[in-house]
Amino acid sequence: MLSLTDVHAHYGKSHVLHGVSIDVAAGEVVGLLGRNGVGKSTTLKSIMGLVPPSSGKILFEGRDLAGLPPHRLARLGIAYVPEDRRIFRLLTVLENLRTGLDRHGVTEARREALLEKVYRHFPVLRERRAQHGGTLSGGEQQMLAIARAMMLEPKIILLDEPTEGLMPRMVSQIREIIQVLHGDGVAILLVEQNVPLTLEVSNRVYIMEKGTVRHQAAAAALRVNDAVIHQYLGV
Amino acid sequence: MTGHRVDGATAPAHARAAAAPPPLLHTEGLTVRFGGLTALNNVNVDVRLGEVRAIIGPNGAGKSTFFNCLTGVIRPTGGRIIFDGEDVTGLPPDRISRRGVARSYQITNILPGATVLENVRVATQSRHHGWNLVRHHRSFPDVLARARAVLASVGLAGKEDELAANLSHGEQRTLEIAIALATEPKLLCLDEPTAGMSVAETHQTVELIRRLGAHLTILIVEHDMEVVMGLARTITVLHYGEVLAEGSPAEIQANARVQDVYLKT
Amino acid sequence: MVYEQILIQTVNGLVSGMILALVASGLTLIFGIMDVVNFAHGELFMLGAYVGTTTLVATGSFWAALLVASVLIGLLGAALQITTLRPLLGRDPLTTILATFGISLVLQNYALWQYGPVARKIQEPFTGHFRLFHLDYPYYRIVIAVLSAAIIGGLWLFMKYGTYGIWIRATTQDRVMASAMGIPVPLVHTGVFAIGAAMAAASGVLFGPLVGVNHAMGLDLILRAFIVVVVGGMGNLGGSVLAAIFISLAESFASIWVSPAQAVIVSFVVLILTLLVRPTGLFVPTPK
Repeated sequence: MLSLTDVHAHYGKSHVLHGVSIDVAAGEVVGLLGRNGVGKSTTLKSIMGLVPPSSGKILFEGRDLAGLPPHRLARLGIAYVPEDRRIFRLLTVLENLRTGLDRHGVTEARREALLEKVYRHFPVLRERRAQHGGTLSGGEQQMLAIARAMMLEPKIILLDEPTEGLMPRMVSQIREIIQVLHGDGVAILLVEQNVPLTLEVSNRVYIMEKGTVRHQAAAAALRVNDAVIHQYLGV
Repeated sequence: MTGHRVDGATAPAHARAAAAPPPLLHTEGLTVRFGGLTALNNVNVDVRLGEVRAIIGPNGAGKSTFFNCLTGVIRPTGGRIIFDGEDVTGLPPDRISRRGVARSYQITNILPGATVLENVRVATQSRHHGWNLVRHHRSFPDVLARARAVLASVGLAGKEDELAANLSHGEQRTLEIAIALATEPKLLCLDEPTAGMSVAETHQTVELIRRLGAHLTILIVEHDMEVVMGLARTITVLHYGEVLAEGSPAEIQANARVQDVYLKT
Repeated sequence: MVYEQILIQTVNGLVSGMILALVASGLTLIFGIMDVVNFAHGELFMLGAYVGTTTLVATGSFWAALLVASVLIGLLGAALQITTLRPLLGRDPLTTILATFGISLVLQNYALWQYGPVARKIQEPFTGHFRLFHLDYPYYRIVIAVLSAAIIGGLWLFMKYGTYGIWIRATTQDRVMASAMGIPVPLVHTGVFAIGAAMAAASGVLFGPLVGVNHAMGLDLILRAFIVVVVGGMGNLGGSVLAAIFISLAESFASIWVSPAQAVIVSFVVLILTLLVRPTGLFVPTPK
């Protein structure tokens, strides 16, 4: 459904992606592992059009994404949850959700249903729905960022380090929501440094180093203590 | 057991210890708090003269904050920094630079519109004749000679008259190191020197750092483990602002706690 | 005697404050969402007044003039934004300043060419005054203030409720994430510019009966409008309304004792004090 072929990307002169090739099939959860600075976030950003590729191809359902602005990608079914969450701090929780909910062709009934579903999985968002996004804690903002993406009813969610800085209890919630989304048939491209979580929720895993993919495997075939994990993620 | 011979006699143990040179850099209880967030907590680090020391740690460990403290960019909330025997805690960046601490940055900080030689000459001049406003810079031949020598030492001698903006990314990062070297530092702090580099450029940079390490004390923050393990004599691991472990590359790699922290197990 | 003058000047200050608020809100909205300092804003005000005069002559209705001017200039604003400003998005702010400045010169000279150098007049929709102490105070002035307040109030409601209001506020806060949420950011930018232009045009028609309609009428007002935007906090709608009223009142009170021409100094004093003491805006709440 989503395929990157030999994608290169630069920040100015800094050559960050040195030919990334990745595939995500419909409904799959694919993990993207690697240390800091290897280009995992940049890979997601290049899919979302935030850092346009300098070369290479990105196809989504057969369509070339080159030159498409982010709002077109969202309409096509690609949702993005960035590493720093980036919720709208001055909008209320409900208004944050409405940025994704208020779309053409969505009936009032379906909107209600979507909202209910998200409130069920994240009860704290229901409680705080009239509060400004900026007053939420870090963990709550992460929930909101994911819920907001769910409002788009996407075919794939690009999730950038959702568990970073979160307490273990919240990491469990993230695990749960990924499994719920997977159950709903939503594909997920998960960038993470948390190896156990990634191996648990993913179907397949890519490991990146220095701007390119160095290894890929079925998640079930990898253990946390495998040599390849230590080589590319450990010390 | 023969001791260190001083004046033909065996010196007693405590004198032997005193005869060992003090560390070039010594931090004591270094703490940095930003509001409710503790970025560094009671960090004690000793870097000996001539060492190549790597600082590693997962995201948010406090590596950049540590560098920022050392170079005077931020003022620590608590603790002290002793550099070359003097307390430099809280000194502004220009004073720290004069004491001999130089730093290269993650995002290249060169002057793109000037030539390579110009970039380095400006830094060299800050060390010599820095206050002379009247004479034309060309009347200081020693400054130019020094600048050229620095460029030669990093391998950019052939690119002197090239505009800095036209250099490749790897060459620009090397230029940045040259600028730092031109200030004749005692301690060179390198902030992710191989970020954004190809494998080939990384190897070249590692070779350069190795050559420099022969006669300079170097502190590196890096994510690339190959670079770190290959270059550093000692590695300090930071985690949530505290020193988690310190030791040789082999010791760190064998340290289960460090592995856990990196893999989030 | 002075007490009467103060009350009269309070009313005057509020009236001119509301018009200034109407112009300044459009300006601050545009800056807040797309970081564009719209130097052509005064000319949109001026063209609004001119379109008002021609519509008034054609239809005889002041209210039709108000509506037509707002809509037409709103569309002009949209066209200008699409052709001149959209291609410059993301560049050095100086580029957009030069662009809007260029547009202002073009529009000024167009008006001069189209309408000639003789000032025109817009007739008030109704005459008549009431007694305010020793003065005959025109009803129309009160109507302007109320209308301006209504328009700004309408804008506030639109921004607070409704999908497009959310789109505008989200885009103002984080253009990139708004886009990632499917909000058509380029369209939102054009829409906001059009709204700002329409508001400027409406002010032009409302203000028209008080002064003569001429090609330079935007210049004086725009300077005050910029001061209001800075004092109120750039991008802060509520702040610019409060600042507009504050500055107008200050000027009105000052002109009890000095001539109105000298009273303008008060605006600049307020500007300088704001920049020294609270440069993000006097009426901007301190971030938590």
